[in-house]
Amino acid sequence: MSKEISLGGFLRSQGISRRAFLGFCSTLASAMTIPSGMIEVMAKTLEQTRRPAVIWLSFQECTGCTESLLRSHAPSIESLIFDFISLDYHHTLQAASGSAAERAREETMHRHAGEYLVLVDGSVPKIRHYSTIAGVSNLDMLVETAAGAAAILAVGTCSAYGGLPKANPNPTQALSIGEIIKDKPIVNIPGCPPIPLAITGVIAYYLTMGSLPPLDHLGRPLAFFGENIHDRCYRRPFYDRGLFAESFDDEGARKGWCLYKLGCKAPETYNACAHVKWNQGTSFPIQSGHGCIGCSEPDFWDRGGIYTSTPQGRFDSELSLTLAASLGVVVGAGAAVLARRKKHRVEQELADEASAPESQTST
Amino acid sequence: MTLLDYARGPVIQAALVIMIAGIIWRLLGVLVLTRAADLSRPRDAFGNFKGYRTVFSRAWPSSEFLTATRYQTVMAYVFHLATLVVVIGIVPHIEFIQGLTGASWPGLPNGVGVACGIIALASLVALIMRRLTKPAVYCSTWGDYFAWFVVAMPLVTGLMAFAHLGPRYETLLALHILAAALFFAWFPFGKLMHAFWFVFSRAQSGIAYARKGVQI
Ligand code: SF4
Repeated sequence: MSKEISLGGFLRSQGISRRAFLGFCSTLASAMTIPSGMIEVMAKTLEQTRRPAVIWLSFQECTGCTESLLRSHAPSIESLIFDFISLDYHHTLQAASGSAAERAREETMHRHAGEYLVLVDGSVPKIRHYSTIAGVSNLDMLVETAAGAAAILAVGTCSAYGGLPKANPNPTQALSIGEIIKDKPIVNIPGCPPIPLAITGVIAYYLTMGSLPPLDHLGRPLAFFGENIHDRCYRRPFYDRGLFAESFDDEGARKGWCLYKLGCKAPETYNACAHVKWNQGTSFPIQSGHGCIGCSEPDFWDRGGIYTSTPQGRFDSELSLTLAASLGVVVGAGAAVLARRKKHRVEQELADEASAPESQTST
Repeated sequence: MTLLDYARGPVIQAALVIMIAGIIWRLLGVLVLTRAADLSRPRDAFGNFKGYRTVFSRAWPSSEFLTATRYQTVMAYVFHLATLVVVIGIVPHIEFIQGLTGASWPGLPNGVGVACGIIALASLVALIMRRLTKPAVYCSTWGDYFAWFVVAMPLVTGLMAFAHLGPRYETLLALHILAAALFFAWFPFGKLMHAFWFVFSRAQSGIAYARKGVQI
């Protein structure tokens, strides 16, 4: 692909009409709470955008984030934008391999120093030799590549928060990008995998506005992660009425009742699944009958079982309660024995006092 | 570890251990103490039976005291019943209890739970207002106010969590669990133990009075 081609030209060469592109821009604008008056400006800016330099680094990951973006049913504008921007360096997608591939990364770093975007999927093992690319550890490659970056997008829960590789006992001592890079603007786009629109949305926002979108306290774009899935869930009326599926094949499940008792983590999860949905708005996990697993939240692997519901305690209740009862019996029995001894002593003292004057008078 | 993970993990676990160990400790410590035999001749042959009956008959004030105590008696009943419905009726609580014991039962719709929660809180406020406005009647100690606080907090935070008032839901849920943990941990050591003591203290006074021939 020529580096001079604009995004608009590229999309048209792929058969995307301007009308469809404007539709995409308005979806994006509404998702990212950009005023509707800005849609035209946004479309124009995006259309004229020249290919931005992007380096995509893949570390301890499963490639699910890339797959999520690329393997949609029909080539979406999201995936095409992704194609458009991401070809400088990407293990999975680039044609080059070995030292030629590494040269491409180094060339981009030099030619676009201070301007290129770094997208990262996967966490980084602190124990360097657990994951290397072309003999370079993930940690060193990240630090080296991030040095000249304009901004970093941590794509997927693994790069944003450590994800599955960081799950207890975290054998590789996996770290998130934010734990390593402290001096660059970082946007976390978590999810296992993240919603494709959230990835392209952040990129489109950056290309249009020249800055990163507003973020929440976990570094996620508020436009996609500002709302609780439970608050946007179409099963919510069943939750409010107290109608719950008790198992995956009972009447409640067939009638589409709330999945709260089956461990749905949506009440503590922030993501756009319930309204943006997946596969071009076809469905999302709760709609297909499985509760949310909370994949866009830090450490979701270690926050209780997938089928443990939100309010249930996260501890071994049988052991704790048995221990508590035994402790109570021991301490209670001890207290009772001490109290009885004291009582007898007092009784004895009173009896002694009562008998003392008698013995005095008798002598 | 987030505040929620901390609250529904080690904090609530420790609070439950303290509560159960504390209750058994206090019950055993007091009940194992025997009283010296009363050598007097009982004036009422059915004294013991009548004494035990007091556990139930004292559930409502006797007519002489009714006018003076109606307000707090009614409020206390409203509070206890509404709280009971909230504690065992709403689904998140049933889920918590099920996680702990395995027992489960059908829950109430959220609207009923919220209504009962509001009623419970309103009656609790009505009770503290009376206590504050009639210091001579109550001779309150800090323990009275603290007991009120540890009961009010789970209600306030629970209602806030449901209504999504203030901080994010998971933070409110964590605060609610922390408030419940404070309640559990304090339960054996303050006035809240009346949940157990009322049976023994009523029976004890009933038996003592009945033995002496007092009309009860
Ligand atoms: S299915 Fe999950 S997100 Fe939907 S209402 Fe029930 S608990 Fe909330």
